[in-house]
Amino acid sequence: MPASAIALRRAGGERVTGAGARRRGRLLVGGLLVAAFALSAILAPWIAPYDPAAVPAALSATMLRPPEPAHPLGTDALGRDLLSRVLYGGRVSLALGLGVEIVIVAVGVTIGLLAGYFGGWRDSILMRVTDVVMAFPSLILAIGLIAVFEQPGLDKVALVLVVLGWTTIARVVRGEVLSLKERDYVQAARAIGVGHTTILLRHLLPNAIGPVIVAATIGVGSNMIAEAGLSFLGLGAQSPTISWGSMLAEGQTFLVSAPWVAFFPGAALLLAVLGINLLGDALRDLLDPRFQP
Amino acid sequence: MLSDLLEPAAKRVLALVPVLIGVSLLVFGLTAVGLGDPVRSMLGQRADPELVEQIRRDYALDRPVHERYLTWMGRLLRGDLGTSYHQQRPVTEIIAERLPATVHLAVAATALSVVLGMTAGVIAALRPGRLLDQVLMSAAVLGISTPVFWLGMMLSLLFAVWLGWLPVSGYGDGAWPNLVLPALTLGAVHTGTIARMTRSSLLEVVRQEFIQSARAKGLPEWRVVAKHALRNALIPVVTVIGIGLADLLVGAPLTETVFAWPGIGRMLVAAVGQRDLPTVMGAVLVFAVIYVLANLLVDLAYLVIDPRIRRAR
Repeated sequence: MPASAIALRRAGGERVTGAGARRRGRLLVGGLLVAAFALSAILAPWIAPYDPAAVPAALSATMLRPPEPAHPLGTDALGRDLLSRVLYGGRVSLALGLGVEIVIVAVGVTIGLLAGYFGGWRDSILMRVTDVVMAFPSLILAIGLIAVFEQPGLDKVALVLVVLGWTTIARVVRGEVLSLKERDYVQAARAIGVGHTTILLRHLLPNAIGPVIVAATIGVGSNMIAEAGLSFLGLGAQSPTISWGSMLAEGQTFLVSAPWVAFFPGAALLLAVLGINLLGDALRDLLDPRFQP
Repeated sequence: MLSDLLEPAAKRVLALVPVLIGVSLLVFGLTAVGLGDPVRSMLGQRADPELVEQIRRDYALDRPVHERYLTWMGRLLRGDLGTSYHQQRPVTEIIAERLPATVHLAVAATALSVVLGMTAGVIAALRPGRLLDQVLMSAAVLGISTPVFWLGMMLSLLFAVWLGWLPVSGYGDGAWPNLVLPALTLGAVHTGTIARMTRSSLLEVVRQEFIQSARAKGLPEWRVVAKHALRNALIPVVTVIGIGLADLLVGAPLTETVFAWPGIGRMLVAAVGQRDLPTVMGAVLVFAVIYVLANLLVDLAYLVIDPRIRRAR
């Protein structure tokens, strides 16, 4: 028997023993990346070596400097310190990604609970609306929706991301509620006359929360990527707001002469999103029984 | 066999009708809820009020919403997407010029990611847990998490600016050296997803009994993998290829902007900057229709690959 056949056959057994180690690895790496990102974003005003918006007086001597001790990540075309700008950009990215996701969870959970629990026409409307929203590639629709505003800006990006984002969570919660509400303990609660609100909040919501945490974690990462993409296209954050996406757009202009201007904000975004995705994967294994290996 | 396929296929096509009507409502909604005044942003805030009124009448912007929707829908059904505010010519004409470049890019990106992703997935699955598997799967996770526009810039920096192997950007009349970097960039997420799905699906399949019996028959290992395992591992992969098309479409405006690619993605971004709503609506609609049709193709592909789905409801 060829060696590959043995390896393939052993795969089943190895996955069981290897899965735990891999899960711990992802949890650790993801957790560390997310912690580093969150801390640097929160502490930016204290740890940034320079004012991120300060344009030095002697511009020609300080613009587009490569990384050096005074400027560990170099400077941009206006002589501004890139390390400070990357740190402050992280603040914007985290605030937007997290803030949008909190609203999305609030809206999505409410709609999902009601549609799943009461069913009927509420449920039909929900499903038809999500069908249509999901029939669109979301960033395309986001770009289209930005077009209806007179001026682009981060507030519009946040609004558009909420409008397009709640359907995923709503579907997840609806699915959970549909399967939970037929369980004996819910039937029993209803039989002894417990009200709808109590059943929804005390009996259904806590049991549906696992998949919501997983989807919301991944959602923070996609919000950050979407914001960076829109800002890169000039449809998101406007100067003087510092966003990794708009820094990348500036960086593209100087890609040949000063590649570090584009490299560092993109690398920061990649590490932050990678950490969030790893954490989300690990949480899924822990919280979502359907994904247990 | 054929009638087995026709009925479920017809059902899936019919199910598209409400979705497409919803799509048209949503796209039209872009103009109806338009918070910005397109005429004002076209002419500037100090435009002559009479001129503004005149243009409103010319574009029928003074009519009630439902009337405008029906007019728009009627024209849409005749293949008329209106006139671009910015370029003063039919939107369909502009889209017809730009669509080939996007299709060209999307097809190249899909082909590249299916070949790269499935190869990586099969190689990783042959020796699960070994170094090569871990390297390939780490690369796949990295490919999924990397922002496309940044990846595009870094690829262009490495292969075009530093190594000088490929052009930095531009369409070059669709010549293949111009196509390589944009296609790699656009297909990156897709490649990673396909690689992961191929690996896990293959590992799932080889544990099943019919693989044991294929081996027991004395078939050479490559035939076991290629004919028996891979075919059955393909169903989740087809789903991913279909869903991946969404990633491709989402990535199109970004990738096309990075590589100065003259497709509808870049046209959409430019039109948003110019507040050219008819062009924006046209582009969004085209993206949505491509997306819906791609999902339909995936559904139909299932029917061909897996006979069980034909009978299931």
